[in-house]
Amino acid sequence: MIRAAALLYLLATPALASDEEIVAGLSQNAVSITANFNGSEILIYGAVKRDAPAPSDAPMEVIITVEGPSVPLTIRRKDRRAGIWINTEAVTVDSAPTFYAVATTGPLTSILKDTENLRYQITIPRVIRAVGITSEATNAGDFVIAMLRLRDENGLYRLDQGKVEFLEETLFRTDVILPANLTDGEYRVRIFLTRDGRVVDTQERIIGVRKEGLERFLYNLAHERPLISGIVAVLLAVVAGWAASAAFRLVRI
Amino acid sequence: MQLYLPIAEVSADAFLLLGIGSVVGFLSGMFGVGGGFLITPLLFFIGIPPAVAVATGANQVVASSVSGVLAQMRRKAVDFHMGIVLLAGGMVGSVIGIWVFAQLTALGQIDLFVQLSYVIFLGLIGAMMLQESLRSMWAARNANRPVRRARVHTWVHGLPFKMKFRASGLYISVLPPLGVGALVGFLAAIMGVGGGFIMVPAMIYLLGMPTKVVVGTSLFQIIFVTAFTTIMHATTNQTVDMMLAMLLIVGGVIGAQLGTRVGVRLKAEQLRILLALLVLAVAIKIALDLLLEPSELYSITPGLLP
Repeated sequence: MIRAAALLYLLATPALASDEEIVAGLSQNAVSITANFNGSEILIYGAVKRDAPAPSDAPMEVIITVEGPSVPLTIRRKDRRAGIWINTEAVTVDSAPTFYAVATTGPLTSILKDTENLRYQITIPRVIRAVGITSEATNAGDFVIAMLRLRDENGLYRLDQGKVEFLEETLFRTDVILPANLTDGEYRVRIFLTRDGRVVDTQERIIGVRKEGLERFLYNLAHERPLISGIVAVLLAVVAGWAASAAFRLVRI
Repeated sequence: MQLYLPIAEVSADAFLLLGIGSVVGFLSGMFGVGGGFLITPLLFFIGIPPAVAVATGANQVVASSVSGVLAQMRRKAVDFHMGIVLLAGGMVGSVIGIWVFAQLTALGQIDLFVQLSYVIFLGLIGAMMLQESLRSMWAARNANRPVRRARVHTWVHGLPFKMKFRASGLYISVLPPLGVGALVGFLAAIMGVGGGFIMVPAMIYLLGMPTKVVVGTSLFQIIFVTAFTTIMHATTNQTVDMMLAMLLIVGGVIGAQLGTRVGVRLKAEQLRILLALLVLAVAIKIALDLLLEPSELYSITPGLLP
């Protein structure tokens, strides 16, 4: 209760009375997924605007996050039952981003306080909402850890500490690689300035990711006219089968 | 060359997909099996989501079966009468199968049931075929041994509703083919495949059809089963990826044409031995998946538990 009240208080405080502000830009604010889409690289850059000289007590740090649309997930685990391996227990996560990248100027533990992380939901475990999973399976935490590991292996969740270049405590830039297995939606880019582990200023930008051209046409056809799409798929298959047969008759192998 | 697949939402190598399509098409043209039991695990292996792999695999099988049937038709190796009777039985069987599938889904553990039925049916069929075809090959070598008669008069021939199946050279009751069709349709609906690998042995051993018409007739009825499956998946789950399907189809139809030509040159026993080995290999692979400890115990699926 006290914690909740403290959190409410934190959220209600007018943000960040500071005289250091972020001015940021993106190399592109839209990503088109076309047939030859094979991932994309977004350049995120910016500068720190100051009215007064930078305070010299602690160095300034930058944390940048890119977050894809969130969806619910089911994580299953196989166990041995009567000699065979089958899915036994499952845990559901209410909401987990399909993509999440964190890039920083230095090690997160030293540039961000836990309370600030909790407040701004910066690191991956903070972003995932998995309420009440402990009743769903024994060692429910292992399921979430396994999920983070699997997504990390697929390049969908990444933590790049020290990947943000920061010049003269003023100019910063980083590249975030969006992998080829992206889903449609709005990707939220957040930039945090921290000093002594506390967030000094934040900025938010949106990158729209959507399918274009043939990809968009096929996707819409499948979802808006499913019956027609199924019939077209079968007809294409029949025509292709016939065409190959006719072609081979001409060649006579 | 990487290509982004709009429904699967992953990008995959176009030439790899063409290759997978042609290998599966080749086997399909050669043996008269649809290849659904091969293409689904292959697509899954290269990172296509399982639901998309199953639905799009069915679409590819339509194309390679059409291609294979047309090649067989030119050699008059398709028994259309038999095909239609089998199909009629198959429709009844698959309606029952879809109902049973829904019941089992509600009980949970449908995956396990599907895998176990794969192992049991594929294992039994493969072992039976291998034993029979090795024996008949052995008999053919020792020519002086008494010839075992392929077709003997049994109670089956006393059943009513007799019909002439000219291409197969059979004059039998329609009841056994209807029954075989229904059984295969039932299993196919539960196991999510076209059923060619059950249909082919059933036609050879249960109905006594000559091996040369079996391939074409099996492919003929697979066209309808998989076309129906494709449309069902497209309307209920929207999981047919046309971009993926086109690549698999182009590879598949060419492979099927080549496979048919190779299949014709093989002796009937050799064809049956090879099919038996293929079926056994798939059965052993699935059995090992169930018995050995998997390298990854956890799996993620989008969506909440039902």
